[in-house]
Amino acid sequence: MPTINISRKVFEQLVGRKLPLEKLKDRISYLGTDLESVTENEIIVEVFPNRPDMLSVQGFARAFSSFIGAKKGLRKYTVEKSNEKVIIEKSVADVRPYTACAIVKNLHFDDEKIKEVIDIQEKLHITYGRNRKKVAIGIYPFEKIKTPITFTAKKPEEIIFQPLESSKKMSALQILKEHPAGKAYGHLLQGREKFPVFIDANNEVLSMPPIINSHKTGKISENTKDVFIECSGFDFNVLKKCLNIIVTALSEMNGKIYSMELDYGNRKFTTPNLEPEEMKVDISYLNKLLGLKLKEPVFKKLIEMMGFDYKNSRVMVPSYRADIIHQVDIAEDIAIAYGYENFESAIPNVATIGQEDKFEAFKSKISDLLVGLGLTETIAYNVTNAEFQCKKMSTDIDFIELANSISAEYNILRVWVLPSLMEILSNNKHHEYPQKIFTIGTVFRKNGKFDTNVEENERLAIAIASEKTDYTEARQIIDYLLRSLDLKYDIIEAEHSSFIPGRAARVIVNGKKVAYLGEISPKVIRSWNLETPVTALELNLSELFETVK
Amino acid sequence: MDIAKLIQTLHPLERKVLPILEKTNSFDEIAKQAKLQKVEVMRALQWLQNKKIISLRQELKEIISLDENGIKYREKGLPEKKFLSILETEIPLSSIPEKTGLGKDEIGMSIGLLKQKNAIEVKAGKEPIIKITEQGKKLLERKFPEEELLKKKFPIDVKDLNQEEKSALENLKKRRKIVNVDVVKEKIPSLTELGKKIVKEGIKGIAIADKLTASMLKSDLWEGKTFRRYDVKINVPSIYGGKRHFVSQAISYIKRIWLDLGFKEMTGNMVQTSFWDLDALFVPQDHPARDMQDTFYIKDPKYGKLPKELMKKIMAVHENGWTTGSKGWRYMWSEEIAKENLLRTHTTVLSAQAISKLKKENLPAKFFSVGKVYRNETLSWKSLFEFIQVEGIVVDPNANFMHLKGYLKEFFAKMGFEDVRIRPAHFPYTEPSAEVDVLHPVKKQWVELGGSGIFRPEVVKPLLGFECPVLAWGLGMERTIMEYYAIKDVRDVYKNDLKQLRESKVWMK
Repeated sequence: MPTINISRKVFEQLVGRKLPLEKLKDRISYLGTDLESVTENEIIVEVFPNRPDMLSVQGFARAFSSFIGAKKGLRKYTVEKSNEKVIIEKSVADVRPYTACAIVKNLHFDDEKIKEVIDIQEKLHITYGRNRKKVAIGIYPFEKIKTPITFTAKKPEEIIFQPLESSKKMSALQILKEHPAGKAYGHLLQGREKFPVFIDANNEVLSMPPIINSHKTGKISENTKDVFIECSGFDFNVLKKCLNIIVTALSEMNGKIYSMELDYGNRKFTTPNLEPEEMKVDISYLNKLLGLKLKEPVFKKLIEMMGFDYKNSRVMVPSYRADIIHQVDIAEDIAIAYGYENFESAIPNVATIGQEDKFEAFKSKISDLLVGLGLTETIAYNVTNAEFQCKKMSTDIDFIELANSISAEYNILRVWVLPSLMEILSNNKHHEYPQKIFTIGTVFRKNGKFDTNVEENERLAIAIASEKTDYTEARQIIDYLLRSLDLKYDIIEAEHSSFIPGRAARVIVNGKKVAYLGEISPKVIRSWNLETPVTALELNLSELFETVK
Repeated sequence: MDIAKLIQTLHPLERKVLPILEKTNSFDEIAKQAKLQKVEVMRALQWLQNKKIISLRQELKEIISLDENGIKYREKGLPEKKFLSILETEIPLSSIPEKTGLGKDEIGMSIGLLKQKNAIEVKAGKEPIIKITEQGKKLLERKFPEEELLKKKFPIDVKDLNQEEKSALENLKKRRKIVNVDVVKEKIPSLTELGKKIVKEGIKGIAIADKLTASMLKSDLWEGKTFRRYDVKINVPSIYGGKRHFVSQAISYIKRIWLDLGFKEMTGNMVQTSFWDLDALFVPQDHPARDMQDTFYIKDPKYGKLPKELMKKIMAVHENGWTTGSKGWRYMWSEEIAKENLLRTHTTVLSAQAISKLKKENLPAKFFSVGKVYRNETLSWKSLFEFIQVEGIVVDPNANFMHLKGYLKEFFAKMGFEDVRIRPAHFPYTEPSAEVDVLHPVKKQWVELGGSGIFRPEVVKPLLGFECPVLAWGLGMERTIMEYYAIKDVRDVYKNDLKQLRESKVWMK
């Protein structure tokens, strides 16, 4: 999750109040942001993905100042008309159909401020913008642009401009191939016939979203006073919300917000719209959910602490909040304002009857029998690798692979459990023998009869490593287990490449092959780098349970 | 202890060894006279020392043994001897290998050694010629001292060698893999004052039974017998019984807590469709948690099957909120994405499935599970890719946020954590959402142990058919028990180190 680094000085100016350190830490945690660290000069907080409006120092301070009572209720942001126009051509419909735009004037940029703005843009790109896929944001020095601006799509070979931080003009395809931003985000335009571009009235390319701005017209400097902002993507609502988050943050930097006319041909819009959205709330519903008995005035006071207004069963939702889609979302804000720490705890006096899963209980009973035989239980991962499952066991079985594991050691699902015990034995060579271990784990195989097309079974595996062990020992254990379960069974000779020929058997219960057992072949023992004889068995508990229950 | 009692404690081995100690303190000699194995003598001496009857002085010995070349040369003779013995006249160097059967290294070494002894001359030239000297011929008349040494019976104590043998040993030590000289510690026993008294008193006359046997009992031969007294304080070798893994022990306990609180156990598959694991829980399809790097997806079978009726509702709730009063996430929901198989990222998937099977008349209902979940992460001291989650839900029309805190407090109190707090958090499927912290019993700091909240109507209504508060939590199991087992590195929970497992303490909560 994204973190933001906040200068304490800027933060305290914005909040309008200075809190003692302990109080500050406490309030940050209970506002619903994870405090990473606080130092003399800096606060680092982690912002949850539902609150992109807190990804800037301005946005975070805005929420915080209400929460601690330094300010209250809905913030008023005035939007003046600029009469500037953005023409959206039909050609963008197939590649990046929407944009929402605004102008913010009267900003005083210095190094620090430029960094802050770029930071907001980047944080929003990564989170709310889903790495520019959903939203790409462009911020431009307005003085270098001649309006009206056109959002159009052109063939890549027709797009030539000097991208940010580049010394020369490049073609669109060159940018994708050579420019760092092109390499990082080029995949978002891959395979498109035309690429989207913002162009001004002088026919200068401003940017090619979602990749890069122009060096000439798309770079903010200390001389910049006014900026043009556009958000482009696929969902107009999301873009408007993102634009609101940026312009209100810039407004908190003393900028003045101006709207722009968006000409979509047959439809026209004006953005940004910072009017709050109304949402109907049922205070008794929210009280019931939270276990509170808040009266309307208290409810009003609490919701104002979260930056909302309240009137006549309606809350006014700030235009920058992206997470309020149901009234339960108001419940959470009320809970935060009320203070999670202030909730009583209680267990309702309602009787329900507990019930253990039968198969889980069965597995537990099997384990207890084995412990009685002096075996030690181990727990191994269900995710493993092909070398362990097949090669080291001298077998060749079909297994299910994970599509995207980041580890080469753990990238397939277990087909059988015994290899996990062999691995454990090979890791414990330096410990006292005999070693008698067991484990119960899941095995996986393809089977179209199941919803996931994967069949899962729980299996028991036992391995005994000892100078003295032989087939008899494994056979005695399976005899003991099945006798204890009062089952009739047959033993037949089996061929299995992990076992010594003539010393391996299968166990049949109710006509089903439920287990195999025997002496592990010396080749397999050596492949695990072991020097002690091993006998083993593997029993399908899921199938066995079907006959027992 | 008085001497008479002390004598009664003597083991048969001690009894055999003790009288001999008066005559000799040579280890080999004791073994020979007592007709015992050396380990038995060693054991007896150790016990006698424990009883302060003898004292043991440690002495270092140099013991010579033969290495692989030593054994070979003892059988087949030394290479330089063989070399010298074929030199009747002068012969070219090139013919030596064939005549002696010696290797290149052995020939080189032999030339060096024999030249040193002035036994041969080498005429340099295009074809070097080897010639035996008078001295060489003389040397051939008798055995080399090294040969004599190799013929002795090994192992040999260096102390037992004469001067000539010692210098032969020095020569052999310089050569490859002929002899090994190991320093061995040997213990030399001598009787203490107490020991001398006991020997003087004599131990032979006293009849002491060592073991009570079945035949003694049957024939009543035990009557009138004195049994050897044991040193009851002595350490004995450790034994290990069979044992459940300490995680299993804790799981049993955790299950019992929930069972006692009236919860039913849920189980289910590890492989699930994204639909059940994520979509049914209102996680939008472009949510970062669904990214490839967080979740293990299945390569083949890539897709599973979806329940058609439920799917329509879930699709609607994502796109426009369906009939829940929510706006939904407002995007085009994709069946294709929902069909993708994955390894369950949380046991909350089991909660969703349990809710989907409930009817109005089953309420209130409470469920729990303790099961494995998966995250595509690299193993490290603080993260596992496969771990256990403790899951719980309370489906109750009258449940509220206070109760959530109540159940969590109850559970953690039974797990040994005196205090629990909840903090605001975010999960796509709960609102309000809360992080669960417990007060670390030793460090007195808050430690994050899980997430919780009340399921959103967008989750509950499609699954259950109507709106109802559902309290839910998912807690990390490993972190909850690490303090008890003094484990710092989470990987050590599943290390399966047999020593750790054999010696782990029993879960005593």
